Amino acid sequence: MNIHTNWIKDSEPQATVSSHRLTILLGLCLLVYPWIASPFFTFQVGAQALILGTIALSLSFLAGQGGIVSLSQMTVAGISGYAMAILGSAEPTAASLNLGWPWWLAVPAAVAVGTLSATGIGALAVRTEGIYTIMITLAVGVAFYYLAQQNSLLFNGFQGISNVVPPILMNVDWRAPLPFYYLALVVAGAALSAVTYLLRTPFGIALQGTRDNARRMRALGFHVTAHRVAAHALAGFIAAVGGVLWVWYQGRISPGTVGTGAMINVLVVAVLGGLRRPVGAFIGALVFVLLQNFAIDLVSRERFNLVIGGVFLAIVMFSPDGLLGLWQRLRQSWVRASSA
Amino acid sequence: MRKSVHPNPLSNNNPEKTMSKFFRTITLSTLAIVLATTLTSAYAQETLKMGALATLEGPFTVLGQDGMRGVELALKEHNYMAGGKKIELIKASSNATPDSAVAATRKLVEQDKVQILIGPLSGSEGIAVKNYAHTQLQTTFLNGASAAQETTLSNPAPNFFRFSTDGAQWQVGLGSNAYQKGYKNVVVVAEDYAFPYSMVQGFMVEYCKAGGKVKDKHWVALGTKDYASVIAKIPTNIDAIYVALGGADAVNFLSQYEQSGGDKPIIGSAVTVDQSVLGFKGKKRDGLIGTPSAGPIADNDPSPAWKKFVADYKASFKDGFPSPSIFAHAYYVNTKAALDALDAVKGDLSNNHAALRKALSTMTLKTPTGDVKLDSNRNAVVNIYLTEVAKAADGTLYNKVVHTTPNVSQSLGLSAAEFQKMGVGTRTNPECK
Repeated sequence: MNIHTNWIKDSEPQATVSSHRLTILLGLCLLVYPWIASPFFTFQVGAQALILGTIALSLSFLAGQGGIVSLSQMTVAGISGYAMAILGSAEPTAASLNLGWPWWLAVPAAVAVGTLSATGIGALAVRTEGIYTIMITLAVGVAFYYLAQQNSLLFNGFQGISNVVPPILMNVDWRAPLPFYYLALVVAGAALSAVTYLLRTPFGIALQGTRDNARRMRALGFHVTAHRVAAHALAGFIAAVGGVLWVWYQGRISPGTVGTGAMINVLVVAVLGGLRRPVGAFIGALVFVLLQNFAIDLVSRERFNLVIGGVFLAIVMFSPDGLLGLWQRLRQSWVRASSA
Repeated sequence: MRKSVHPNPLSNNNPEKTMSKFFRTITLSTLAIVLATTLTSAYAQETLKMGALATLEGPFTVLGQDGMRGVELALKEHNYMAGGKKIELIKASSNATPDSAVAATRKLVEQDKVQILIGPLSGSEGIAVKNYAHTQLQTTFLNGASAAQETTLSNPAPNFFRFSTDGAQWQVGLGSNAYQKGYKNVVVVAEDYAFPYSMVQGFMVEYCKAGGKVKDKHWVALGTKDYASVIAKIPTNIDAIYVALGGADAVNFLSQYEQSGGDKPIIGSAVTVDQSVLGFKGKKRDGLIGTPSAGPIADNDPSPAWKKFVADYKASFKDGFPSPSIFAHAYYVNTKAALDALDAVKGDLSNNHAALRKALSTMTLKTPTGDVKLDSNRNAVVNIYLTEVAKAADGTLYNKVVHTTPNVSQSLGLSAAEFQKMGVGTRTNPECK
């Protein structure tokens, strides 16, 4: 057993003293950020990047550590978001059903609905591999998109459900940029720590084993299917929490939130940042949000999508490991240069 | 923790030096990011920021581009000055979904700090932007071309002004005309969102009253590319098809219908046989000649103001349509309203734009299609043209005027009580099978 632990520990980049200090410094910067940035940057860039990063984290966890590329993470977030909108929205819209539950009932219910759906999707997709997993999760996502678009009673069709906002608790309006940013930061931090911790548990290591060689794991006696479904459920829980935050961030939800564009955006974010380390999802999300907001200021109004696509293409071509991989290679060449 | 027996590739002889090098880089880059985010561009007091939002992505891209042309034309006429201040135009893009419109609006209002925003283009976007406007009372919002009824009928925002009109207003005159042409039974093919609901209601109010029957309504998702299933469901015992699709959807449906051998006459909604569709590059649809339609503009309107507008449009935009579309016109009218009102109050934006908003609510705007005034919900009352598609001498298709209905308001000529009873258009309202 000791030999195995050593081998696994050595194949990961070692946590040096400097990278601990780096984490602390980063954490401090994130805490202080809203006090120096404008409300727009706190809310539309900071909070959005954190929430999008959380949803992308669920995909990067499944793909990078579980070997399952699931396109339906945004769908899970959307299911939980719609559940939140239907259960918790105060104002009834024209045709849809709104129950107006209090937040402490609506949020756990929405997250539970999201996690259950993720488990269901996982059970569907678990016996497939590679591209077939992508296809089946994509199919589930598109089916949900059309359901949301065509159903007026529950989902209010194309218009979607608006006026879904966080509650006013303890005299704080959680929709204001500062409190919402901290809420998103706490959730993102919790998700990141949970995933990082999980990777070192026996379950996490077994999951990575199923990623590397499922047959061998089966031969060793591990129940690969159960591990994968559990991974889907855990990732689904993270995506569901992200989904509730996402609908609170937008103030509304509509079929566009769960369309193919949105589903692929989450994949782009995860790959952009790097699938190998969990924190890559957040880096990818930050870059993506910045591009989305400011590409139109860099190039002509008609061609700004080219910038987004071009950056994604460039990063994937020069660093299949995403931005994190680029960063690690830079670090290593630095270290080698300074030690030479 | 057991020490590793393998050499650590990251170890070196001088860890302190590497660490401090790291620190320096991290601190410097963080500082750079922080500085970049806090730097707001300082502009002179004499510049007024105006935002323009249109659909520059998705199925309505071509419409959005024409909308932007309308904005630029209005600004050009004013020499990019209004109320003594220079106007700086900032453009943003959406893709007809409410989410993208609100995200783009938020960037314009909260990051770029525009004082006046013109947009959006699509019906559902308009409702979402209006809801957002409620929370941003320091900015004045004018409509682009969005034409859902609820934008100004349900919970209107005091800072949202619509100098263009809604879909139901656009169809006034068409329903009775269709019945008089002998079309006693029709089916409806429309996109499934707020704006087509308004147009269908505008058509059906008169059509059902005259005695016509709408056998079936086919609601398709915005951006549908394949209409085979819809076309298959169109029965043979109807007289015409009322098509309320726009942009790329209209082009796809009309081509596929013709290719499948369909020969029922088409009744076109305001956006279905608008220049944005008639002007598409490809085989000219001669089958469309004679199609009745109605809307706020008519391509061969004889009034001198309209002729000047068309001439200016053609001279300024070599890549535009043969004649301005509804969207160029709507964006032009709304932008012109903002600029004229700014001139009237001499650029006074104090007190949350109080003087400007009063001017907008009470002014009579001179447009290429006549005078426009706003009603109590800040929605326009305009002339609506009944038109028919015809072929010009140079082979292009255009809409020629058949009849003009003056002073059409949102209540469509019904009394307030009657209109309240009918309610706004939805998938199932109204019905006359």
